[in-house]
This record gives sequence, C-alpha cells and structure tokens, in this order.
Amino acid sequence: MKDMLRTPLARRIGMTTAVAVLLLIMTGPSGTVYQPTAGVVGSFSARSSFFGLFATQRWVVWLALTLIVTGVIRAVKFLRARVPQVNTVPREAVAAIKAPFRRRSIRFSSYGVVLLVALFIPALISDNFWQQSIVEAIAVYVLLALGLNVVVGFAGLLDLGFVAFYAIGAYVTAWVTGALPLHAPFGVHLDPFWAIPIAIAVAMVAGILLGIPTLRLRGDYLAIVTLGFGEIVTIFLNNLYKVTGGSTGSNQVPHFVFHVGPLKYAWGLGPVPYYYLTLGFVVLFLLAFSRLEHSRVGRAWTAIREDEVAAESLGINPLKFKVMAFAIGAASAGFAGVMTAAQTNFLSPQTFLLSVSINVLVLVIFGGMGSIIGVLVGAALVQFLLTYLDHYAPYGFQPADIYIYLGALLVATMIFRPAGLIPAKRRRREIAMAEAGEGHMDELLTGDTP
Amino acid sequence: MLKVENAVVRYGAITALHGISFEVNQGEIVTLLGANGAGKSTTLRMLSGLHAPSEGQITFDGRDITRVKAHDFSALGISHVPEGRRIFPQMTVEENLDMGAFGRKGSYHDDLERMYSIFPILKERRKQMGGNLSGGEQQMLAIGRALMAQPKLLLLDEPSMGLAPMIVETIFRIIGEIRDSGTTVLVVEQNAAQALRLADRGYVMENGVIAFTDDAQNLLHDPRVRAVYLGESVE
Repeated sequence: MKDMLRTPLARRIGMTTAVAVLLLIMTGPSGTVYQPTAGVVGSFSARSSFFGLFATQRWVVWLALTLIVTGVIRAVKFLRARVPQVNTVPREAVAAIKAPFRRRSIRFSSYGVVLLVALFIPALISDNFWQQSIVEAIAVYVLLALGLNVVVGFAGLLDLGFVAFYAIGAYVTAWVTGALPLHAPFGVHLDPFWAIPIAIAVAMVAGILLGIPTLRLRGDYLAIVTLGFGEIVTIFLNNLYKVTGGSTGSNQVPHFVFHVGPLKYAWGLGPVPYYYLTLGFVVLFLLAFSRLEHSRVGRAWTAIREDEVAAESLGINPLKFKVMAFAIGAASAGFAGVMTAAQTNFLSPQTFLLSVSINVLVLVIFGGMGSIIGVLVGAALVQFLLTYLDHYAPYGFQPADIYIYLGALLVATMIFRPAGLIPAKRRRREIAMAEAGEGHMDELLTGDTP
Repeated sequence: MLKVENAVVRYGAITALHGISFEVNQGEIVTLLGANGAGKSTTLRMLSGLHAPSEGQITFDGRDITRVKAHDFSALGISHVPEGRRIFPQMTVEENLDMGAFGRKGSYHDDLERMYSIFPILKERRKQMGGNLSGGEQQMLAIGRALMAQPKLLLLDEPSMGLAPMIVETIFRIIGEIRDSGTTVLVVEQNAAQALRLADRGYVMENGVIAFTDDAQNLLHDPRVRAVYLGESVE
C-alpha cells in the first residue's frame, strides 16, 4: 500500500486533486462566523456552469479544469521528450531573431510603438470604469513599482514600507491645497498642480530622514524597520485627526488646474486628462531612471549590491548611495500620491495600508528586479488582471481573495522565473549565483568578516 | 609615510591588538607576519578604516587618519586589496577595473591600459565576468582594481591565499614591480618565505602584539621565524 502511494503516478494524482480542491475552495462562497464550514461545503456542492455549456456541481468544474490543464502540460512534456528537434531551435536562429532588437534604432522605435499604443488606449476604451482604472489602478501602481524598483532592484534594499512615501505625497497634496484640518502653509491654497514639486520634495526628504538612521542595517533588519515605518505613518494618519482628518480623511482635494499667464487648463472629473498627465510623468521617470541605471550612481549601486565591503574600499560611501536610492524611489511614490489625491479628490488612511507595499513589491519581483522595462510591463499586466478579477468576478471569484492570487503569483514567479518576467541581465546572474550559494549576494551578515 | 603608534583595537570585551606600533616608509615593501589569530587581519581592518582603534594613533604623510572612514581611505591614497579578493562577481573584468577609479576625476584610460600591460591575462578576459575567473586571475584583478585609484600605499591582505605556488610566484613578482614603479606596499602574509624574500622589512605579530621586527633578510635567517613560520625545528 505504502509503495503504491509512492509511485510518480500516485503523487501526480494526489497533487492534481490537491490543486483542484485548493482552487475550488479559494473561488467558492465564503463562510460566516456562525457557519464557518458553510464556505467549504458550499464550494463543493454549489452549482455552476461548465464553460456555459451545462450546469453541474462546482467540484466537477474545477476537477475537470485541473485535469485538462495537467493533461495539456503532460502532453507538451511528452511531445517535447519525443520530438526534441521541434523545440531545439538552433542558437543562430534565436540570435538572428534577437539581433535587430539589439540595434538602438529598432529598440527605440519599439519603445515608440509602445508609447503610441499607450497614447491611444483611452480612445480605444470608452468604458468609464476602465478609463478610471487605467489611471487609478494601473498607471499609479506602475509609478510606484518604478520607484520601488530603484530601491529594491538597483540598490538591493528590501523596503516593506514603501506605501509611506505614497501616503506622504497624497497628504502633502491635501495639506497644501487646504483640504486637511491642518491649515495650509501661510494660508495659501495652491492648486494640486503646484503640489507636485512640493510633494515630491517632501517625500524625498522623508526618504532621506528614514534612510540615514536605518540604512546602516541590512537584509532582514532593514525590511523590518521599513515595515515599521509604513505602519507608523498609517497609524499617525489615523490618530492625528486634528491634523489629518483621522480615519475619514478628506474629500476636499481639488482637481488639477494649470494656470500660467494666458495658458489655462483644468483637469475635471474625467479620468482621461489625468491619464495623459500620469503617462507624461511615467515617461519622465522612465527616462530618468534608465539614465540613472547606467550612470556613476547606478554603478555604485551595483557595486554595493554585489559586495559592500569591496565597494567601500574603493571609495564608495554606501550610506550616501543607499540614502540616494531611498530618496529617488520616494520621489515617484510621492508623485503617485499627488495623482491619487487629486484625481479621486479623496484620501483616507485606508488607501495607504501595508497591503499596498506588498502589492507593489510583488509587481517589482514579478516584472524583474532591476529591469525597468520588466517592471513596467509586469506592473501593468498584473494590475490589469487584478482589476479585471475585482470588477467582473468571473468563475465565482471573490474580490476579497485578491491577495491569495497575488501570493500564488509570487510563488509561481519564484519557481518558474526567479529573476522576473523580463529579467535584468546582471540581476539574473546574481540570483543564479545566490541560488547556487556562491558569492556575497543576499548575505544577512553584517558583511564584515572579522 | 604610514605610522601606527600604540594602537589598541577591541572587539567588545576582547582586545585584539594590545598597543602595536610600526611604520612603513616611502618606497618600501613591508610585510606583517603571524599565525592565525595573531592580529594581522585586525591590523589591516584598522588600516582600512573598517575598525577604528580605541587608543593610539595612525598617521599617513603626517596627517592624523585614526578616525577616517573606510570609504575616504582611497581618496587619501591608500588602497586596500581585501582578504578573499572580493571582486564584483557579476561585473566584467573591465567594469571591475572601472570601479577602482570610482573616486577619480577625469579620464583614467591610460591607467586601464597600464593595468592590461601589467596583467596581460586581464586584457584577454576583459569582457568576462569577474566571478568566472580563476583564483589567480581574481587576485590580479583585485590588485589591478586597487591600483586604478593611483594609491601611494597599497595594502595587500593575504594575496597568496588559496593560490597555486606558481601563481603566487607571479603575483609576488608583480608586487615587486609595483613597488619599483613608485607605490609603497604593506603586505600581510601567512606565506612567510615568499613574503620575506620580497620585502625590505618585516614585523612578526603574536597574540595581538608585535613580537619582533628586523630586515627581511635577517628575519629569513632568524631561528625563531624559521621554527614557527618556515617549518624548521630549532637546532
């Protein structure tokens, strides 16, 4: 009996069933405090449509779905093993396909195409929900992910409290526009448009102030301290109600108005103008960050990431460059905060929870730490999927379960593409080395060999 | 040029260096010998700013550098080749050398060429990843990287560690050439025979103090040194 259970076939059947049950319960109805088992029982017994063909029990649908997917994977593996020549495309052929993309002109024109598509997206989708979502859920998170990528991807610092800078950006906007109980500085109510530089500057200063004492720590310790910082900011926003409006926050943030001399433009209720403004800033941050990556500062970050002691012996001040990474990352988060506050006119501590930090971190890891294009594409893709699942709730999907899926995505990324969707070259090699247990990467020691 | 006076270094309650004094003069190669745990590495950590002495003074070219931070040492003209080489594994050889010139202003292309002429193997490997080099090549790269900062004083921590005798020979020959081109060298070594044949003077450390010092030639023939470091029994 025992031997029978240990055969590969038995294992495969066991795994498939386990996955099916897991998906079944995850997507099933929720239980209540009074009937905690109702969710699980309901997950099995409730009826559902089988791809719109006929109605049957949910468990039949999910078991069939899992079996089909497993069957397809097995079949592909089987065929690959049998017909190796089909899949082994000659190296030269791959190189020939890739070669044009290495050429600058082609690479830049492909960026141009992406930008053009991005410019026409609002025209392609007339649905108000999606027009809203591309700003609120996608563009803002792309900005956040690009900023966190500087901290996590370039400088190799694990920051779990990134939401703090996002919150600071948003609340500074509310403050200078006079939307908070705390009076705006000098009693002047600015337009949110002019809050952009102020919020970015304040977020950067917050990054520096947090960075100087904490960036002497490494690895786990830094993660814990930044986690604490994120929580402290949220708690302050909740409790300092005379300053921040407490848990209700504010719904008085005005829309953007740009008014210089004869030029005047007012961003109204529609999300499309906000989309273009955000897109402009995404492009700006994108250009700035990719310039930075190959600059002197970028090289210093790489050196610190790979071997901090060696970097120090070559005259690189690790603290200075790490603080710089924190401040630069905070800048784009601060801007994301301005966008959120001004576009929704509303802000409350509920928008700036720990889950945002985790969400953004997952975007960076999924896209590829240190890979700007990977983070851009990955963040947009994942945020689109989450928004879609949240809004349409297909196949009994529960919006409250979003973080289960995000977690599953993270686990799957780590297993199948540890360096991310579009990996940064150097990062991919570093991760491979860390996995093999070589090199100094991801060392949690103080780094000093006594 | 470099002068250490009564330096005491403590790790918490443990005293690693009990007041050591020594000096390195312009144009010399000085070696610091000692068994494991004698305090050699601690001395070098102190000289590269990684661990400041709790008492005593370090001066360099007449300047007090006791409290200078690790990252400011290369600007002073002191370059450190750390123990275990510590090259950047995912940077190419050339990028590693570039990093050596991080603190310098202006073009350093000539120095890059100079490194390639001192270490021709690095030129062959210049597009390869540092982590893919052999131990000897990594040591050469680590030395080259340190020299890119144009140091007046080069500190070498166990340059022979884990290398084949033939490569050790080459590396020590190159260290001699580096001195001849005007850079002063302080080398910490376990391989006493090699180090003493190269050096002008030597200091022998035991249990956190400098036990004795002499010209390298004399040390090489000193029965105490021969007994402990060169594996000869005392007659």
